[in-house]
Amino acid sequence: MIQECKTLQGTAIPGIPGRLAVTLAPDCARLVLRLRPEGRAAAGTALGLTLPDRFGEVDESGERLAICLGPDEWFVLLPECEAAAADERMAATATSPFSLVDVSHREVGIAVCGPAATLALSSFCAFDLESMPAGSATRTILDRAPAVLVKHDAERYRIEVWQSFADHVWSLLAAVSREIALDI
Amino acid sequence: MLLITCPYCAAARPEIEFAYAGEAHIARPADPAALGDEAWRDYLYIRSNTRGLHVERWRHINGCGRFFNAARDTVTDKFAATYRAGDARPSALLSEGVQR
Ligand SMILES: [Zn+2]
Repeated sequence: MIQECKTLQGTAIPGIPGRLAVTLAPDCARLVLRLRPEGRAAAGTALGLTLPDRFGEVDESGERLAICLGPDEWFVLLPECEAAAADERMAATATSPFSLVDVSHREVGIAVCGPAATLALSSFCAFDLESMPAGSATRTILDRAPAVLVKHDAERYRIEVWQSFADHVWSLLAAVSREIALDI
Repeated sequence: MLLITCPYCAAARPEIEFAYAGEAHIARPADPAALGDEAWRDYLYIRSNTRGLHVERWRHINGCGRFFNAARDTVTDKFAATYRAGDARPSALLSEGVQR
């Protein structure tokens, strides 16, 4: 699968050793699944994941990640090479009507890691990241940009943001990195 | 920033994640063609414009994406309650609103 528009490719934010690392996440396939709850188990099997049934819950295994964003909406990340097969399995095994849309090229994944990750993200996110449970995710707003935010654990986050907003979020991260590096 | 409790997420979330969607509990007429112009105008445009407790729709657009209803005081901006779309408006709140 070809990533046609790579907004942030070639750019880098200097890390702060032992405190903060902001990096581009490797390319992956991104799928938006809309489905009535009764089809959840079958769809999970087809996608190779357990689709969580509560908002914000995440199922993660290796490079696969499924996030429940709403009562009938899941956001699924898969290794690039698995997307086509997952699509075919869904079509063959689904037990109820569904919509599965490949949005791989729409978004950029940004990994924000380190003890200062929560501090860095909190500077432009009104959502309470301190009390966000580890292993959860939500759609929220970063400054003005809609994004999906995954909290793997207290020091590891992943931002999924649209290509068109990625530059803005990236520059915010660059600015806040400098502030943290200088202890401002 | 206001915190709004989304009844679907069951959590207080920042106001910036939400979009306002007008007065709640306005039922679309079952047979619009049977309505006169004035009745149709009233359905489309005439709203209560309450000063005090107002029942209104909100959408958690940058969260779970759901529409829900909220009772908010239009003077103080304080949210008295939020509840799921389709649920009846809380009667205790309504009578309180009428007294204002
Ligand atoms: Zn919500």
